[in-house]
Amino acid sequence: MRLHEFQAKRLLVEYGLPIPRGVVALTPDEAEAIARDLGAQRIAVKAQIHAGERLQAGGVRIVHGPSMARAAAADLIGQRLVTAQTDEGGETVRRVYVEEGVTAERSLHLALLIDPASGGLVAVGSAGGGEGVEERARRGELKQEKVALSVSGPADRTEVAAFLQKIGLDGPSNEAGVDLVEGLRRAFVELDASLIEINPLAVLPSGELKALDVKMQVDDNALFRHPDLASLRDEDDANRIKLSAHRDQLNFVQLDGDIGLVSNGAGLGLATLDMVKAAGGRPANFMDVRTTARSLDIAHGFILLLDNPSIKTLLINVHGGGMQSCDTIAEGLGIALRRSGRKVPIVVRLAGQNAELGRYRLKSFGCSVIEAPDMGAAAERAVAVAAGRA
Amino acid sequence: MAILLDKDTKVLSQGMTGWAGTHHTAAMMEYGSTVVGGVRPGKGGRSHLNLPIFDGVAAAMSETGANASIVFVPPATAAAAMIEAIEAEMPLVVAVTERVPVLDMVRVKDALKGSRTRLVGANSQGVLAPGVCKLGVMATGSERPGHVGIVSRSASLTSEVVAQVSAAGLGQSTTVGVGGDAIHGFSMRDCVELFLGDDDTHGLVLIGEIGGYEEQEVADYLAETKAQKPVVALVVGAHAPRERRMGHAGALTFGAAGDAAAKVAALERAGVRIAPSAHLVGRTIAEALGRTH
Repeated sequence: MRLHEFQAKRLLVEYGLPIPRGVVALTPDEAEAIARDLGAQRIAVKAQIHAGERLQAGGVRIVHGPSMARAAAADLIGQRLVTAQTDEGGETVRRVYVEEGVTAERSLHLALLIDPASGGLVAVGSAGGGEGVEERARRGELKQEKVALSVSGPADRTEVAAFLQKIGLDGPSNEAGVDLVEGLRRAFVELDASLIEINPLAVLPSGELKALDVKMQVDDNALFRHPDLASLRDEDDANRIKLSAHRDQLNFVQLDGDIGLVSNGAGLGLATLDMVKAAGGRPANFMDVRTTARSLDIAHGFILLLDNPSIKTLLINVHGGGMQSCDTIAEGLGIALRRSGRKVPIVVRLAGQNAELGRYRLKSFGCSVIEAPDMGAAAERAVAVAAGRA
Repeated sequence: MAILLDKDTKVLSQGMTGWAGTHHTAAMMEYGSTVVGGVRPGKGGRSHLNLPIFDGVAAAMSETGANASIVFVPPATAAAAMIEAIEAEMPLVVAVTERVPVLDMVRVKDALKGSRTRLVGANSQGVLAPGVCKLGVMATGSERPGHVGIVSRSASLTSEVVAQVSAAGLGQSTTVGVGGDAIHGFSMRDCVELFLGDDDTHGLVLIGEIGGYEEQEVADYLAETKAQKPVVALVVGAHAPRERRMGHAGALTFGAAGDAAAKVAALERAGVRIAPSAHLVGRTIAEALGRTH
């Protein structure tokens, strides 16, 4: 689960993260009042969305004085902001964060995350932080350093100091940096984070450190330990689809094509997506029915797809396993078709556990489907149907 | 013979008294696996499925001689169950539990350092040696004893590929699901090492997907050991939506390693045949083994 910048800052201040003064605003009036209270020469008005690279997309405005802050907030709130990290539709800005401007002498990049290679917690950092860090990384021009951190006790201060030295922090800044990394390490472990990223980490002319932007993600699988964090989840717009999918035991991602996909298991779901693409089709979604989903959960998933007017056909590719068998998914489809008024051609490929029973269930629900013998043929058939060739 | 399992595998079921534990332990017994007992703290001394229940793994091992365990314990306490088995020096542990918090898996990995336990998973469908032993939750019926070793990160694709391999007139020596989570125990590379050393495995199928480094580790290992057995790979997720890909800072730090194309390129350089599509894996391994039908 991604947190907003203002939420992450609020949490991490408790762990000693140094940040510029700032307050979140829901309206232009509030933004103006906050800017007046801050009384700073320069003010940053920052759109709160769950995606980075906001500056280049116009989502961060540097202004002078309360009335300009008000105008920037009026411009941003309610707009859909598209950045390199959102999908094409962008994300609606519900709030802005109004913060005092800071003059940085240098900008570093610092992140804590789980390293898949070692299976442990690491801090990674670079002297070249700030705007465009993503682009530099894509071009392979970002020189990064790394240090392993323990999840069961404090970090080794000497190792962290040497790591920070390599990314250009020395003297008193180095010492402050070691405290900062240790604070973030504690926060990561105590809050069950999966990512804490600070970019830029500004070094002021005085040597002081300030975290100008923070990105933080919390491990969804650990939210049961953190009901307070779970309540920070946004309940609005694009997330609504993902949320209802989550509640219904489905892993669902909306795409912009016209073929609705349903598979059991992430691997088979990805394989289905690849086969549809290879056959020249355009998937409308990725959907993986989890092993714990019951037929009603699955029916909700199908209704989600049938409610999407762009969908011309459904492709159901299931290989029943020990945890999720074909008949449960067939039942889900049967229930959904009875509840939804929508009629689209449905290409079905059932194999593995209870495939025969699944076919029987489809028949007894009166579902009219196009059967395919294997998943390659199913993908090609669905693409042909969507293109109006079959 | 198979890898990891044999006729002498004696299985202990951790969390056997819950719904999943009961259902899948019964299915393993029905398949012919030797299950010797279960663990459920607070219920020691009782019996379930006509098997003795113990309060802890160490006591269960000394009483029953169990040499493998399977973990059905729910996410909140799954890591503690895995660590208990590691501390009791259980030789083989399969963790089926899905949605274990990632930091808990980091703690489990710490417990594995210097230990002799092989931990498969979490979020693994388990290990199956057709006709010998099933230590997992996979459906059975499509598998047949044979000489293809299958290692996978995905349960659903394993079922699919097992059926394809059988349909191509071949069978499986062992199928291993290393687990679908980013951080897990036994790696694909560990598994490939065992398959290459197993006389009964004549060819390997690797089912990979986007994210992580594991396929590249296998490629490096194959290149380094100049493996003589044919290896076929399928890597899914080339067209995955961005949400399914590695998170932002992960992509910054680990570059394009998680991309399907990078994995395919590394495997091809190591002499691995890439299956042209997910529905053609059976045919590709049959061709690689010189067996077309």
